[in-house]
Amino acid sequence: MAEVEETLKRLQTQKGVQGIILVNTEGIPIKSTMNNPTTTQHANLMHNFVLKARSTVHEIDPQNDLTFLQIHSKKNEIIVAPDKDYFLIAIQNPTK
Amino acid sequence: RSHPEIYPLVLTVKTQEIFHCRAEDDVTDEQPYKLINKETFFEDFKNRGAISDFYPVKKIIQEYPGDELLLVYDKDFKYGLNFYLIGTEEGKENYLNPPEVPEEQEEQKEHISEEVYVYKPLVSKPWVSLGSEKEIEEESVKESTKQIKYMISRKRSKFGAPIKFSDQNASNVKDAYIECTSYPDKNFTLKQLEKDVGMQVVPQIKDTSTQTKWTYPKNATTQYYPREFSEEEKEAFKQSKPLADFLDNMSVSVEIALQQNEITNTFIDDWKCLAEEEGTFGDKTDTYLKEYQSFTDLHSPTEKMITCVSWHPTIFGLIAVSVAERLSFEERVQFSGKLLLQPSLILFWSFSDPIHPQLMLESPDDIFCFQFCPSDPNIIAGGCINGQVILWDITAHADRIENIKSGGSRSKKATLKPMFILEPESNKEAMYIRHCAVSSIENGHKKVITDIHWLSDTFEVNRMGSVFENRNGICCQLITCSADCTICFWDIRPQKISTPQPTEKKKEESIEIPFDVPSTFLHLDLSWKPLSKVRLSKGETSLDHCPTKVSLNEEHLLYKTQDKALAQSKAAKAGEMNPYQNLEGGIGDHLKPIDDFCTKFFVGTEEGELIYTDWKMERDPETGRLMTKKPVSLYTVHDGAVHTVQRSPFYNDIILTVGGWNVAIWKENVTIGPLLQSCCAPKRYTSGHWSLTRPGVFYIGREDGFVDIWDLLEKTHEPALSQNICITVITYIKPWTLSSKQQFIAIADYYGTLHILEIPWTLSHPSTNEISSVNHYFEREVKHLEYVEQRKSIREQEKKEMELEKEKKKVKTYQKSKEQIEAEMKIDYDSYLELEKTVLMNLGLDKVIEKMGVMTV
Repeated sequence: MAEVEETLKRLQTQKGVQGIILVNTEGIPIKSTMNNPTTTQHANLMHNFVLKARSTVHEIDPQNDLTFLQIHSKKNEIIVAPDKDYFLIAIQNPTK
Repeated sequence: RSHPEIYPLVLTVKTQEIFHCRAEDDVTDEQPYKLINKETFFEDFKNRGAISDFYPVKKIIQEYPGDELLLVYDKDFKYGLNFYLIGTEEGKENYLNPPEVPEEQEEQKEHISEEVYVYKPLVSKPWVSLGSEKEIEEESVKESTKQIKYMISRKRSKFGAPIKFSDQNASNVKDAYIECTSYPDKNFTLKQLEKDVGMQVVPQIKDTSTQTKWTYPKNATTQYYPREFSEEEKEAFKQSKPLADFLDNMSVSVEIALQQNEITNTFIDDWKCLAEEEGTFGDKTDTYLKEYQSFTDLHSPTEKMITCVSWHPTIFGLIAVSVAERLSFEERVQFSGKLLLQPSLILFWSFSDPIHPQLMLESPDDIFCFQFCPSDPNIIAGGCINGQVILWDITAHADRIENIKSGGSRSKKATLKPMFILEPESNKEAMYIRHCAVSSIENGHKKVITDIHWLSDTFEVNRMGSVFENRNGICCQLITCSADCTICFWDIRPQKISTPQPTEKKKEESIEIPFDVPSTFLHLDLSWKPLSKVRLSKGETSLDHCPTKVSLNEEHLLYKTQDKALAQSKAAKAGEMNPYQNLEGGIGDHLKPIDDFCTKFFVGTEEGELIYTDWKMERDPETGRLMTKKPVSLYTVHDGAVHTVQRSPFYNDIILTVGGWNVAIWKENVTIGPLLQSCCAPKRYTSGHWSLTRPGVFYIGREDGFVDIWDLLEKTHEPALSQNICITVITYIKPWTLSSKQQFIAIADYYGTLHILEIPWTLSHPSTNEISSVNHYFEREVKHLEYVEQRKSIREQEKKEMELEKEKKKVKTYQKSKEQIEAEMKIDYDSYLELEKTVLMNLGLDKVIEKMGVMTV
C-alpha cells in the first residue's frame, strides 16, 4: 500500500538517516532501504537484542513492557521500535 | 702262554717238504709230531738263511740240549699257527707222556656224603674281658647324691575334711609370696645381629576411577543463508493491514527520536570540550623558540656557510651539516688553487660536544645537498658543486657515534670526546672519513647539484622511467637535479654492462684506494653513470629550466604482507647484517611493473616557476629517441629562485613552495593555481620547512635572520610569529622530533653557524582535530579556487554577452531617425514628471504641486 511506502520515505528523509528496516517477529526483513547483507545482519542482531530487552523488562516487572530502544554508539545511533508483530529499525548518523 | 716251551710256527709247503712233515701226508691225526734232528735245522739255516721258517726260533734250536726236536702239527690251530715246536726236553717228555691227573678229583666227592653228625654239649669257658664293661658302667644311671628323706605329719582329722578356698591378694599379706622378678640379665640378652627377612618389591598401585563423557551423535544444524522472504511475500506484507497499523503507531515515535538526535547531542561531555577549545587559540606566553645549542666549526681556516642540514634518522642528538665556501663564482675561480687543498666536509655534530665535530666526511668538492639513506643511516649520498654525486659509508665508524648521548656519562665517552688533553691535530685526522664512491664526471651532471633524494624502498625505476616493484627492501636509487637543467636517476647497484670497457677500467684500477675506505660501492667509484636523464627543456628555445628542488610523490605501495616479508627476508639473507654490503647485481627485468604509479613530480626552478612534470620517457615518433614528456603544468608564482618544494608530512598532495618574497601552497592535481599564495614579504624568504607535528604550521627563514612561523589555522595572510635567530641569511631550516615532549629545530645560517632551538609545546603539539581542520581549510580553498574559476568563466561569458549587446546597441543607434529620438525623449520626460509627482505626493507636498503648477517645456 502506498501509505507504507510514504511513511518509510518520510522517515528516510530525516536528517542523517542511513537506513530503515522493517522486520517481522522472526527477524526476517520485510522491507529495507539498505543493501541485502547489511539488512540481514542488522535484522538478525536487532531481533535478538529486542527479545532480550523485552524479556528483561518483563522479568523486572511483569506488568511492564518494552516500548522503544535506542542504542547510541560512537559512530551512529540505532533506533528500534518493537511491536508484537513487527519491528522497525532505523540507523542514524547524528551530526555534531 | 701256559706252555712256555711251545713255539708256534708257520711252515710253508716247501719247508714241509724239506723236513718231511707235510701236512696230512707225513704228519696225521694219529701221529701229529715229528722228531727232527738238529743238524737238519742247521742245514736249512745254511741253505736258506733268513728266509727259513725256523729262523725266529734259531736261538732256541741252538741252545736245545738234546739232539732231536719235536715238531707238532697243530691242525686245530691250538697255539695259533699250523705247527709248533717244543723247545725243551721236558716239554717233549710231557707231550709224549702226558701225566694222569683227572682221576683224583672224582674220588674226593664220594667221601663227603657218607659222614654222620654227633651232638656235643657246650662247655663254658671262662669270660675274657675285652673292655666292654667300661662302656656299660658309663651308661648306667647312678645316684650322685644321697637322697633326703622328709617326714611330714598332721592330725588325722584333718585329712579328708572339706576345704574352703578363698582369694587373697598376694601383695596385701606380707611375705605371702616370694617374687622372682625378671630382670634383663645382660649375660642372656642376645642381640639378634642377623635376621632373615624376605622382601618383595611391589609397585605402588592406586585404584582410581573416572567417568568420561560419553559422546554421542547429536543432530546439529547450521544455517548458511539467512532467511529471507521472496518478493511475493514482501509484496503481500506490504498490502497487509496490520503492517500499516503498526507503522502508523510506531513511525511517530521513531520520527521524534530521529529528530531529537539532530537537535542536540545529549551525550557530549561539555567540560571536556571546553578544555579543548582553549587549546586552539594558543598560549601567547610561551610561543617562542628557545635557544638550545649552537655549533660552529672553529677549526676551519676559511669562512664557510652551511648549505644543507640533516638530522641523523636514528641516533638522538646527532646532526649532520654540509659546509661550503662562502665565495661567489668569481672568487671561486680566483682562489681555485687554494680551494683544492682544503677538504670539503660534512660535519657531524653531537649535542654533547659543541666544539669538536664527531665525524667529518670528506668530499672532493663543496657539498650543496646530502641525505641519509632511509633504509641504512650509515650510507650518505651527497651532491657536489661540480656535479658529482658522492657516497659515504660510515658503517665502520657507526659504533663511534652511536654511543653519543647528551648528558649521559659512559666509559666509552672518554675516548669519543676529544678532550683538550689530546692534541687537536691527531684527533682531527682520526675522524676524517673519505668518501666511498663518486660518480663519473663525464656522464653525470655538469653543474652544481641542487637537490638529492633517495627513492622510496618500495619501488624502483628503470631507464625508460617505468616504475617497478623494488624487491630488495632497501633504498637503492637516487634522484638528483642540477643547474645544468637535468634531473638524473641513479642506481647504486652494480650495473650489468653489456659492453665492457677494459681500457677505462685499467686506468681506474691504477688509482689506489686507501685501506680504511669500505668497499661497499667500489663498483661505482668513478664509473657511476646515471640510470636516466630527464631534461627540462622549454621547448623551442635553447634555454632550459634550471631545477632547484624536487619533490616526489611518496607513494607507498600496499604490498601483500607475504611479499613484503619476502623482500625483507631476502634482503636480510642476501647481506649479512647490512644489505648494502652485498648489493645484488643490476636491475632485474623480471620485476613486476607497476602500472598505475604516479610518475609525476614537482620541480622548482631558478626562475621562480613550479613545474609539474613526468619522469617517464617516451619515444619520439620522428627521431625514435627517448624524449622526456612535456611538463603537465607550469606556474610562475615566485619572484626569485624556488628553494623549497616540500610535501606536507600529513597530506600527501599538499606542497609548500618558498621562493623569492612569497610562499605558496599547492594541491596536487588542482591545476587552477595555488591554494594559498602569500603577499610579498618585506624581506626575502630564503628557506622553509613544514612542521613535523602540526599540519597547519610551517617555518620560513628570512634573509635578515628572522624565522617566520606561519599557522594556517590562525592567520593566513601573515605569519603568526616572527623571531630573530641570527644576524645573517638563514640558509636551511630542519625541524626534528626527538621525543613526544621535545622537538628541536635546526637553523643554519650563512656564516656557518648551526643553531638548535627548542620548539615550545604550543607549536609542536597539535590541537585536537587539527588535521581535519586543516584539511577542511584546504578543501575550502580548493572549492574557492574552483568557484573562482567558475566565476571567471561565467564572467567571461557575461563579458562576451555584454560585448555582443554593445555591438548590437551600436548597430541600433545608427538606424534610429531623429523623430524616434525625439519621441523617446518625450517619453522619458513624461515618465520623469510622473516620478516627480509621486515623490512629492509621498512627501506630502502634493498641494504645493497643484499650486505651483507644472512648468511645461
